[in-house]
Amino acid sequence: MVANQSLTADAVRESGVGGEPDIRLERVTKRFGDVLVIDDLDLEIERGAFYALLGPSGCGKTTTLRMIGGFELPTAGRVLLGGTEVTNAPPHKRDVNTVFQSYALFPHLTIEKNVAFGLERKGVGKAETRRRVAEALETVQLPHLAKRKPAQLSGGQQQRVALARALVNRPRALLLDEPLGALDLRLRRQLQLELKRIQQEVGITFIHVTHDQEEAMSMADTIAVMNRGRIEQAGTATDLYERPRTEFVAKFLGVSNLVRGTVGQANGELSAVTTHDGATLHAPTNRCAEHAGGAVSVGVRPEKVKLTPAEQPTPDGANVLRGQVVLSSFLGVSLQYVVRTAGGEELIVLAQNADGSLPESLGAGREVQLTWDPRHTFVVAAEDGARA
Amino acid sequence: MGLSLSQRRRLIPWMFAIPGLLWLIVFFAIPLANQASVSLMTGDPEAGYSLTWAFDTYTSAISDYKEQFLRSFLYAGAATVIDLVIAFPLAYFMAYKAGRWRNLMLLLVVLPFFMSYVLRTVSWQLILADNGWVVERLRDVGLVADDGRVLATGTAVIAGIAYNFLPFMVLPLYVALERIDRRFVEAATDLYASRLTAFRKVTLPLAIPGIFAGSLLVFIPACGDFVNAALLGTPRQYMIGNVVQSKFLNVLDYPTAAALSFILMTIILVGIVLYSRLLGTRNLTEAAT
Ligand SMILES: Nc1ncnc2c1ncn2[C@@H]1O[C@H](COP(=O)(O)OP(=O)(O)O)[C@@H](O)[C@H]1O
Ligand SMILES: [Mg+2]
Repeated sequence: MVANQSLTADAVRESGVGGEPDIRLERVTKRFGDVLVIDDLDLEIERGAFYALLGPSGCGKTTTLRMIGGFELPTAGRVLLGGTEVTNAPPHKRDVNTVFQSYALFPHLTIEKNVAFGLERKGVGKAETRRRVAEALETVQLPHLAKRKPAQLSGGQQQRVALARALVNRPRALLLDEPLGALDLRLRRQLQLELKRIQQEVGITFIHVTHDQEEAMSMADTIAVMNRGRIEQAGTATDLYERPRTEFVAKFLGVSNLVRGTVGQANGELSAVTTHDGATLHAPTNRCAEHAGGAVSVGVRPEKVKLTPAEQPTPDGANVLRGQVVLSSFLGVSLQYVVRTAGGEELIVLAQNADGSLPESLGAGREVQLTWDPRHTFVVAAEDGARA
Repeated sequence: MGLSLSQRRRLIPWMFAIPGLLWLIVFFAIPLANQASVSLMTGDPEAGYSLTWAFDTYTSAISDYKEQFLRSFLYAGAATVIDLVIAFPLAYFMAYKAGRWRNLMLLLVVLPFFMSYVLRTVSWQLILADNGWVVERLRDVGLVADDGRVLATGTAVIAGIAYNFLPFMVLPLYVALERIDRRFVEAATDLYASRLTAFRKVTLPLAIPGIFAGSLLVFIPACGDFVNAALLGTPRQYMIGNVVQSKFLNVLDYPTAAALSFILMTIILVGIVLYSRLLGTRNLTEAAT
């Protein structure tokens, strides 16, 4: 399923127009030999957006980015920058800059010369170049390292230089291929914040490739989830998390509890879904409509579920599943339960650690019920083979 | 022995260097010192030579053979330039475009080494023979006069040197180019450099260590070469190597031969320093890394 993402409010406001997207891929296909790597992909990115391409390793993120940068040519389809077709233009004719995963800083040039490289090629004057290089190094907080060679810098510093070297050209968009992938966790978190700050400061469109869902969710306005050369779903982090439209998205972003079933009767706002073992659940009708009569997975996020002892009454209209606690663990900020339902699925429930201990009535082996508000239920097409 | 573990640890690297150091002492330092003293001796082949600190051997060696010295540098320099021009595109192709043919090409480059140096050079006598195919074609296109020849000229000697030393240029260039991460070139084109500019600004500067190493590996042995001038030239094309050879083996004038060798060595050392300055390589170790 290919989905053009909805525009984020921010992006629309900043661009001032709802019209021509800044970057656009139209039905792009890429094969390496016989191998289909990008499969009929459509993509639109608004000016000024922080756009994340999120997906597992090998799904085609880098290839997509390289086709925007001009390092790979699509087998079919068109690439447009600011409404102009650049499908077959070489990289140096495209108004975008890349921050390579390996940084690719020129080892024979000083930091200053590295950052000045693009401006010199564009024929920007000496004084202007010097001013803008200094400014860019200021932005990434490395003005004191201008005279060093790349080999004398730490990984995090090289990463910032790579960013400065791209930013200084004030391109239409910055393409970042797992820019923080080589850094350790602490530095990565720190640079995530910094990248976000810089993007807001300069207002340039960022396309950020990552396989880290947390990174994508914390930084991007719009996230496109890629799988096997296609975009499964694109939207805000909230969209993707609360209303995933495919099983892959539901599982790739956060933890999902999925139960196989069939969509039944609509009854106003809510529709009934019959699970494979005969229980009836309800989900918002607008999420069921496209699946009417088909095999689906009904899902709910672990923190939306309330776990209560089997004998307690349940609120009217709530979705209820029964089961037995398999495992309960104390995680500090929350309590985590694994519950085996009557239908055989192992579902995960996260509860707030309000009392400071695991309640005994919900210990391993206890009969329990899982209840949640039908509005938090999502419905996705069942994936063949894979069990939830 | 009474060495602590950490002391022994520190000694280990030095122990690895011992065979090399011994080699240098036995086969380089001792002969060098020996020849230095020979160069300062006087006497004659029958009565023998004795050390008299005769520095004037050096001044007369220079004034007598400055023509051969100049010719050596000229021929070796010309051959180095020719090899650079031939080897760079070849190494570039092998490093980036040859794909699965790469190993075969590398083998072809070193294949001549499987044959004796002298035999290879002798075969150039045939290639450049007066009524051979090559010279006749050159006459056809007017590059050689109708009664002109190639063999027994400086051109033949330079061609022979260039041919014989070409692999020494190709291999270091290939290694240097092959080691350049292609992403640097991608980064350059990403930063608005055309392919040609990317080559000029990134590939070429990063290949300098290879250019430096290849030039030295060709130029230095070529300066002292005597085989090519002897087989493809006449005494009018003789290089300093021919003079040294004849002084040592024919005339038995050992002091002059030794002095000539030291002069050549000194000039080459000075030349290397100037050349490395020119290429911006601050020292030889940097060129090797
Ligand atoms: N130059 C290439 N030749 C052949 N296959 C390639 C090439 N580049 C990428 N691929 C293949 O395309 C797929 C997608 O790769 P890539 O875009 O790098 O994925 P990602 O960045 O999402 O990890 C992978 O299966 C990879 O092996
Ligand atoms: Mg990748």
